[in-house]
Amino acid sequence: MAVTVPSPTPTVEAMSPWLEAWRVFRSNKAAMLGLVILSVIVLTMSFGPSLYGVAPFDIAGAPFTPPFTEPSVWLGTDYLGRDVLAGVLVGGRATVLVGLAAATVAVTIGVSIGALAGYFGGWVDTALSRVTELFQVLPALLFAMVLVTLFTPSLTVVIFAIGIVAWTGTARLARAEFMRLRHLEYANAARAIGAGPLRLMLREILPNALPPLIVSATLIVGSAILFEAGLSFLGLSDANVMSWGLMIGSNRRNILECWWAVTFPGAAIFLTVLAVSLIGDGLNDAFNPKLHLR
Amino acid sequence: MTEYSPLLSVKGLGVEFRTRRGVARVLDDVGFELHRGQTLGVVGESGCGKSVTALAVMQLISQPPGRITGGEVRFDGRDLLQFSESEMRRVRGNRISMIFQEPMTSLNPAYTVGDQIAEAVRLHEGLSKAASLARAVEMLDAVGIPAAAQRLHEYPHQFSGGMRQRVMIAMALACKPDVLIADEPTTALDVTVQAQIFDLIADMRERTGTAVMLITHDMGAIAEMADRVVVMYAGRIVEAGAVRDILSAPQHPYTRGLIACAPGRRTVAPGQPLEEIPGTVPSLLERDAGCLFANRCAKVMPRCRAELPPVTTQAGGHQVACWLNQETSA
Amino acid sequence: MTTDTLLSVRDLKVHFPVGGGLFGARKVVKAVDGVSFDVRRGRTFGIVGESGSGKSTTALAVMRLAKITGGAVQLGQAPISHLEGEALRRERRRFQMVFQDPYASLNPRKRAGDAILDALNLMDVGEPAGRVDRARELFLQTGLRPEQLQLFPHQFSGGQRQRIVLARALAARPELVVCDEPVSALDVAIQAQMLNLMMRLQREFGLTYLFISHDLGVVRHLCDEVAVMYLGVIVEQAPRDALFAQPLHPYTRALWSAAPSFDPDAARLPLRRPLPLRHRRVPHHRARAQKGGFGPPHRLPPSER
Repeated sequence: MAVTVPSPTPTVEAMSPWLEAWRVFRSNKAAMLGLVILSVIVLTMSFGPSLYGVAPFDIAGAPFTPPFTEPSVWLGTDYLGRDVLAGVLVGGRATVLVGLAAATVAVTIGVSIGALAGYFGGWVDTALSRVTELFQVLPALLFAMVLVTLFTPSLTVVIFAIGIVAWTGTARLARAEFMRLRHLEYANAARAIGAGPLRLMLREILPNALPPLIVSATLIVGSAILFEAGLSFLGLSDANVMSWGLMIGSNRRNILECWWAVTFPGAAIFLTVLAVSLIGDGLNDAFNPKLHLR
Repeated sequence: MTEYSPLLSVKGLGVEFRTRRGVARVLDDVGFELHRGQTLGVVGESGCGKSVTALAVMQLISQPPGRITGGEVRFDGRDLLQFSESEMRRVRGNRISMIFQEPMTSLNPAYTVGDQIAEAVRLHEGLSKAASLARAVEMLDAVGIPAAAQRLHEYPHQFSGGMRQRVMIAMALACKPDVLIADEPTTALDVTVQAQIFDLIADMRERTGTAVMLITHDMGAIAEMADRVVVMYAGRIVEAGAVRDILSAPQHPYTRGLIACAPGRRTVAPGQPLEEIPGTVPSLLERDAGCLFANRCAKVMPRCRAELPPVTTQAGGHQVACWLNQETSA
Repeated sequence: MTTDTLLSVRDLKVHFPVGGGLFGARKVVKAVDGVSFDVRRGRTFGIVGESGSGKSTTALAVMRLAKITGGAVQLGQAPISHLEGEALRRERRRFQMVFQDPYASLNPRKRAGDAILDALNLMDVGEPAGRVDRARELFLQTGLRPEQLQLFPHQFSGGQRQRIVLARALAARPELVVCDEPVSALDVAIQAQMLNLMMRLQREFGLTYLFISHDLGVVRHLCDEVAVMYLGVIVEQAPRDALFAQPLHPYTRALWSAAPSFDPDAARLPLRRPLPLRHRRVPHHRARAQKGGFGPPHRLPPSER
């Protein structure tokens, strides 16, 4: 340069967009509350059962023991005399595991199909969009039920059944994002230095398409948890694995005599889904800094 | 109102914006006058406060985060800053109209172009529906849109960029405003379209005596359109005067730099290095004492960093805020 | 084609299908329709035109980023319009691009240094161990500080980002740099900095520029030879001084006269009627251009109106 500028050159720290999003997220009280609730739930279901030491299918006391009356079965027992607290502690494992795994399946299918449709366009897009629409108009719960009854009900089958009915929204979102981003100049810039389609999709476009996809993934986790509860309630899940849905389902006939056996697992589901959607909302705000004053 | 009092006079206008990192002083002691039938050019780099000035005059600054900290905007003898929102609505579009850089975002895509112009006329003049539609055709015709009567029923997306900007101008002029504020009206357009739009505005100004405030970063556009020029830098006016004085004898180093760094003038041989203004516009958050341009100025003196230079007025109303000027005139 | 010709474009055509879908009738937009020119080594060749003239599409086609419908593009001895796959990827080191919008041409989730390193890695420039040093060197050459390599694009100003884009383009020491409106998104003061930098780098490294712009001032300052495009064809082409001193084609004249001058007393030719844009053609110019055997340097005669 002809003229040297006497202006100070402050040392700027690298600030990744992810880090910036985290800062916004951290200042969001509701989202942080969601994160705390979810952490507590995950910790409880991880270490709670072994600390508590009661197996959920064992008969632990007299049937229909109300909660807060017997110190040994603090949350009471159900119609078979099984410990409700033991069930609530361990039942979250299956529910949350299915929720996370099903959401992973759904997002993987959705992002793959959406990415291919959006990136390549043309007949690929037309074909994949028709497939997506087909899955979208299927009645989700019925279809999942059919899938589960076709095979032996096991957690894996339930995970895939939910994953297969839940991916369409993500696919449409991914398609729109890839369509928008593939035309941006930095995609062209990457092609100009010789990047192939796979690298373009994975390294250039996907990281930029991720924020809305992450938000939609958290929402899918929430709905997958509800879905799993629904299937268990209908008895269409693995009967040998305790879950919140199974607890509610098996006790539903005794709901009047034995409200606690339904209420506590129900509250657990409610809290988990609430925490997940609070986090989802927080992520949405964190990734859309335009909503905030800079 | 006498012939000689200005139509619009802005004095000591200050605007602040609250941001996450502090308060930014985006306008500081801005003042200028605009007379009937005159075009005032406002130039400067992006972020210098040109658009905020226009928005402040129109009372379109969202508060918060913005805040008008002081000054007055006297229009036709009355201070617009004291107006209520409903009073302001009667002024906006009716007596002071504004056209923006991106015409697509300022037209409602859900209504036909004719409906939008007609509604503007109806709102401001209380004409009947038929009369206002007839007026809309008249206006579209006046801004050079071919087959105006048919295009009246088309939607904004059916118009090209240049045509949309014409529609915006038609809408802005439909109510025969006293003042037209044009914020970079041609930046997104081709030069040939820009030429037509400039002709249109000049034509309008001559026929109806509308005063024009043209905001631009392009010295060429200033040379072509403006009678008087205000040069802004970091929220302050650094130089103001008649267009000829500013372009042929710029006093402030920033104005000189802006003129000198534009390529394509005959004074610099092709392929030779262009004059540069080093560095970038300073952050408005941390204001130093002294002249805001000091850090980029080739002729900076110790005094420039210590005190804000006062405004000196020379012959022909040529005003400069620079210590350099003080030294020579003293 | 003479020996010092670096880029030679012959009868280049880029046609896009529009509409279509399931039921719509398919139409074809001829964005570039038979364009020929030669760019000499170490020089700057400018293409001016307005939106829809096909100038940017020409740039993208030369870069092999837009699908070429017909014609040939040759860089030195390499027929780049006909290379595919690995051969094209290897050749890409020799021609690089600077894009228009510095806010869109850098991946926002990638550090500035990684943008440069990706270019070095993908084009396999030098030894892997020396690439970080090369990135630092490129930053210094383009007026940035090496410690800024670790920052993300949003931490730079528009002018600085365009310097990063330029550094990325120069990573593999290309012979040809295609610049598509490289300064039109920048403020005037920053524009001058960028143009000076580009001119300096051209002298230092013997770069050849294909420079696309709508700004006549910039083109006049930078380019040795200029082509004027209108509706997909070159309507006039000449060395800079001749073209600016005496434009022959009526469209060139209209363009020149529409550009505001710095002289407040200068009169412009009034241009009341919009120029025809898109889908309408000036057929006899094209016919003439093709019949005349487009061998640059050439000039089309003024149309008899």
